[in-house]
Amino acid sequence: MGKITLRNVQKRFGEAVVIPSLDLDIEDGEFVVFVGPSGCGKSTLLRLIAGLEDVSDGQIMIDGRDATEMPPAKRGLAMVFQSYALYPHMTVKKNIAFPLRMAKMEPQEIERRVSNAAKILNLTNYLDRRPGQLSGGQRQRVAIGRAIVREPAAFLFDEPLSNLDAALRVNMRLEITELHQSLETTMIYVTHDQVEAMTMADKIVVLNAGRIEQVGSPLTLYRNPANLFVAGFIGSPKMNLIEGPEAAKHGATTIGIRPEHIDLSRETGAWQGEVGVSEHLGSDTFLHVHVAGMPTLTVRTGGEFGVHHGDRVWLTPQADKIHRFGADGKAL
Amino acid sequence: MATQHSKTAARLMISPAVILLFLWMIVPLSMTLYFSFLRYNLLMPGMESFTGWDNYYYFLTDPAFSAALTNTILLVVGVLVITVVGGVLLALLLDQPFWGQGIVRVLVIAPFFVMPTVSALVWKNMFMNPVNGMFAHIARGLGLQPFDFLSQAPLASIIGIVAWQWLPFATLILLTALQSLDREQMEAAEMDGASALDRFLHITVPHLTRAITVVVLIQTIFLLGVFAEILVTTNGGPGTASTNITYLVYAQSLLNYDVGGGSAGGIVAVVLANIVAIFLMRMIGKNLDA
Ligand SMILES: Nc1ncnc2c1ncn2[C@@H]1O[C@H](COP(=O)(O)OP(=O)(O)OP(=O)(O)O)[C@@H](O)[C@H]1O
Ligand SMILES: [Mg+2]
Repeated sequence: MGKITLRNVQKRFGEAVVIPSLDLDIEDGEFVVFVGPSGCGKSTLLRLIAGLEDVSDGQIMIDGRDATEMPPAKRGLAMVFQSYALYPHMTVKKNIAFPLRMAKMEPQEIERRVSNAAKILNLTNYLDRRPGQLSGGQRQRVAIGRAIVREPAAFLFDEPLSNLDAALRVNMRLEITELHQSLETTMIYVTHDQVEAMTMADKIVVLNAGRIEQVGSPLTLYRNPANLFVAGFIGSPKMNLIEGPEAAKHGATTIGIRPEHIDLSRETGAWQGEVGVSEHLGSDTFLHVHVAGMPTLTVRTGGEFGVHHGDRVWLTPQADKIHRFGADGKAL
Repeated sequence: MATQHSKTAARLMISPAVILLFLWMIVPLSMTLYFSFLRYNLLMPGMESFTGWDNYYYFLTDPAFSAALTNTILLVVGVLVITVVGGVLLALLLDQPFWGQGIVRVLVIAPFFVMPTVSALVWKNMFMNPVNGMFAHIARGLGLQPFDFLSQAPLASIIGIVAWQWLPFATLILLTALQSLDREQMEAAEMDGASALDRFLHITVPHLTRAITVVVLIQTIFLLGVFAEILVTTNGGPGTASTNITYLVYAQSLLNYDVGGGSAGGIVAVVLANIVAIFLMRMIGKNLDA
């Protein structure tokens, strides 16, 4: 229940090709996160799977059945929209019950499922309110409630947390992860947020201009990015990418080193540089160091490393953490 | 408008308009009220005298009054039903993407720009005339007897004409409301397994209630005072078959030269209109909050 396969899926809007051709396998019970820059086709891909857009070419299989021509309701998927898309004139209870009413379910069964969902999502006290009288996080939970009562084969989330403040986002992130662990249903989740992608995913799909750049577990993408795009996209702050003679020394066109894999010293090291901006986050400090013949390097260090603008420091990249890329941008 | 100072300034600024409006309303109203208690006939100038409630008594007990009251209600309700139902359907149609959308939308709005007198005359002479009218031609073409709309179904014909004039207004308001419906809500309903009819009933109609309220409120105000269409088509006849309260007041004061009786009718009309307004506000005005 919940295995989704895309074969050679293409999407064009008139002349514009948004998804050139894409193959993807999503296993039952997996938590898959789509990430990529704005406008790369994440939402479009999700809507293709949901059936809200028609594919221009290719095939979508859900649990082994060809779902390419199926209307959304028949696919057995539930979607949580970025704007929540709650029905404003219905109470929370009616909102959650709506898909069940549409399925002509017995009233007792509806009642049972709605109160069950309300309990899981902490909404029991709000069942008689309208969406307009709820906070953002509560609305989000109602939208999730409306999705879970149907017991779908898979959940689709399109940036569900992007309208929430930082603290609430952390909370909801945990709640969704917990929900996934208790329901064991396939979830496909679109996000911009690095942290959400890294912490929630079983599998991350990195998209760029409608193409899949790499698919893998969060740590695979972190440790072994397949190309420059993934290297620059996964990880925060971004990996330092260095071209020129320094890269040639390692037999590559470009080398990459993450800020957390550079050792910092006041006395000695491989590269000497001058500290520019330093960002103190309390637990960490990010230094932007200017080194002659290289782009500004970002270095992560402990929160207590006292440096000032203009200080001279020595940097040493950890040899086994250097990523090497060829002229075509692919990892060597 | 938070501080005391800005409130005072605001009151001061709007006071000329409010005072002017107030005078504009109160002067004719009090004169009408005054006339309604006079025996005031234009055929007997200079013979005005105070008669107490006589004018009201005669106006309210006139059999034409109850006929006019019924006609007024039928006219208002009939036009409202046609324009709201037709307006929703037209708005749904116009909201679909199709070729030539812009031109069709302009055409749909067009009847609203035609003056009531003109459109009623066009309907009377070009469409409903039993000899030369378009409908008569069509009926003869089909081998049927032409139907004399204005003498055989005068009220229904007038309802048709007035509804034709107001349909664009309703369509326009409902169309804009329809366009403000969140697309994701529709998509969510689609994913929730709602059929097209379910989506219309559970999402579109509730979304439109506010716009429908506005249409009903505004149209009711204007429909209570329909006059030109009746004057140029049926003259309220045959008999009182298409006389509404407004036309009855006109007939009383200007055709019978009885200014006193007409004024009493006018006051009755004002009272009735206010009763309707209170009902409307009670029943559907609450839709406008929230
Ligand atoms: N209905 C449409 N008609 C034409 N082009 C469209 C349509 N919908 C999306 N696009 C285009 O497809 C591309 C991908 O859009 P999409 O919404 O999938 O991006 P996204 O990855 O979700 O971006 P974001 O992270 O900003 O939400 C964009 O370039 C967009 O302009
Ligand atoms: Mg998007």
